[in-house]
Amino acid sequence: MPHGTFARFIWPSFLAMILFIALPIVSVALQSFFVEHEQVMREVENCGPFKCTTVLQVDLEATEAVKEGAPMGRYNGLGTYTNRSHLAFQEVSQIWAESESFSAFIVGVYNLPFYKALFFTLTYTFVVTPLVIIFGLLIALGVNRLPKITKGPTIFASLLPMIVTPLIGGLILFWMVDADGIIGATLQIIFDDPDLSLKASAPLTWVMLMVYGVWHSTPFAFVVFYAGLQTVPSDTLESAKIDGASRFQQVRYVIVPYMMPLLVFITLMQLMDNFRVLEPIVSFSAEAKARSLSWIIYNDLSGQDKLFGSAAATSMLTILGVAILLTPVLIKTWRDFNQRAA
Amino acid sequence: MASAATRSPRLLTWFATSMIMFWLMIAVGPFVWTVWGSFKVQGDFFSKADWSNALYGVFTLAETGGTFTGSGYYGAWVQEDFWRNVLNTTIVVACTVVISLTLGTLCGYALARSGYRYAFWLLIAALVFRAMHHITLVSGYLLPFFEWNLCCRLTTTIVVLVAINQPFTLWMLHSFFLNIPKDLDESAMVDGCTRFRAFWHVIIPVMWPGVITTGLFSFLLAYNDFAITSMLLSSENQTMVPKIASFLTQIREQGNVMFAVSAVVSAMAPLFFLVLFFQRQIVSGLTAGAVKG
Repeated sequence: MPHGTFARFIWPSFLAMILFIALPIVSVALQSFFVEHEQVMREVENCGPFKCTTVLQVDLEATEAVKEGAPMGRYNGLGTYTNRSHLAFQEVSQIWAESESFSAFIVGVYNLPFYKALFFTLTYTFVVTPLVIIFGLLIALGVNRLPKITKGPTIFASLLPMIVTPLIGGLILFWMVDADGIIGATLQIIFDDPDLSLKASAPLTWVMLMVYGVWHSTPFAFVVFYAGLQTVPSDTLESAKIDGASRFQQVRYVIVPYMMPLLVFITLMQLMDNFRVLEPIVSFSAEAKARSLSWIIYNDLSGQDKLFGSAAATSMLTILGVAILLTPVLIKTWRDFNQRAA
Repeated sequence: MASAATRSPRLLTWFATSMIMFWLMIAVGPFVWTVWGSFKVQGDFFSKADWSNALYGVFTLAETGGTFTGSGYYGAWVQEDFWRNVLNTTIVVACTVVISLTLGTLCGYALARSGYRYAFWLLIAALVFRAMHHITLVSGYLLPFFEWNLCCRLTTTIVVLVAINQPFTLWMLHSFFLNIPKDLDESAMVDGCTRFRAFWHVIIPVMWPGVITTGLFSFLLAYNDFAITSMLLSSENQTMVPKIASFLTQIREQGNVMFAVSAVVSAMAPLFFLVLFFQRQIVSGLTAGAVKG
């Protein structure tokens, strides 16, 4: 295909991606160097019946005028990155100086908002992803054994948790684990503790969010593995059986190696998607106990005063995180591509 | 006769079957429970005292005179004007799907047919774009959109959703186009078609299954989106998902959980039918990327 024709075919799509994906990243990078203007203060005399007092008041008009003049805010350099709600260099070094043991240092750092969110996001990603893969494979192996007539309905039912809007799926589970809901009330009876509330305890909230994550993403792994199972060559499997491989050995040494590319694909997708966890935190109202990086950005942007600078700095750090997460995959693709070209 | 090697031990069969039953219960149970409960009053939906109340609707009978009530739905759709949000969602989703498919098929076709090195790099760029968190992109949009008065319109949201859908759409359509033999469009071009006419009259007619599958996923991305719609739309023209999120704050103030429950069930219903009718396409779409990768 000549370059000209190629360009004519792809330009609308790439224009859209450049305008709304690449440029926003530039815009985020710029915004992260600015912070909101300080409010313009004015001394006002408040005269009561007995005496006059001078108080400081926000001059709304002047503040608006300053905002109009420079909508990005005032230049702050890397200040937003290093302040307390982001990388907090000063606080970290202070904690390092004060804490006696390494674990005390970790606890101190963990209490800083950015590191707390980073820790939750990483834990969520690296707990949910392997569980999704294991459960997905088990369910795929199980469904593959079912009689043909029940396969269709089973696949239909299994797809539901993934297809349903994350916010809605989260709410449905949230209402069930509510202290008055069916699961919540049952757990109270089982553990004989009428005050047991999954919402009130931080570890249980984390567990709840991760259970939701596994529930939501397992169908994806299941479907991909199930489709992969249909293409496992039957003669390889048969010869393994003749050689006396047990059922576990067949799975471990024939099926799993054969599905390795699928496993890589699922891992990649799950790492990308779990790293951006946001909706379950909103629908479980879990922000007091668990916050993710996405949630911090969401929170900065959704208040009355939008903290664009702070949101942008967190966004840049998140993008850096995504880049680190994707690097191994990109390096591998690059090597494969060069091998193919050579 | 089944040989000893292919016959399963009974224990394994039992284990596998019970595991699948358990999974089905977890996968479908919550939905069934919530749909059933949405026709009850709050006292039954959150029936702490006796869980069977939720099944038989004891409080519902006492409060409304019947074991089923549509009061939650009336409250959500009529009192809270949920139909407006449904309408907005319909507009946003329909436009997003049509536009992303148009742009995506053109681009995906070109990427699949060009043998150049940079086509590969464009696909990798699309993969990196796919990994971007939507909320980080939103924090890039908001300030310029406020400044240029583009914010809070349905059109802006549609354009943004189309752009965000593109990387995924490209990857999927690209792998579908690779499955269509090159000879087809080449022979059309030998017969005197231009590249575009070959694409339009020869390739697209055989591509319908792929286009429908990709359309389904664009639909899901647009329908399920929360980060973008909740940020870019104002309360007057919200779509369903952000509206449901705003019900949550209302619940804390007024306590009408059932409105939210009925709204949730209403928003779930179309997805249910989508899976029912397009199960095969969804499965093939999910695996399209994997088999190539």
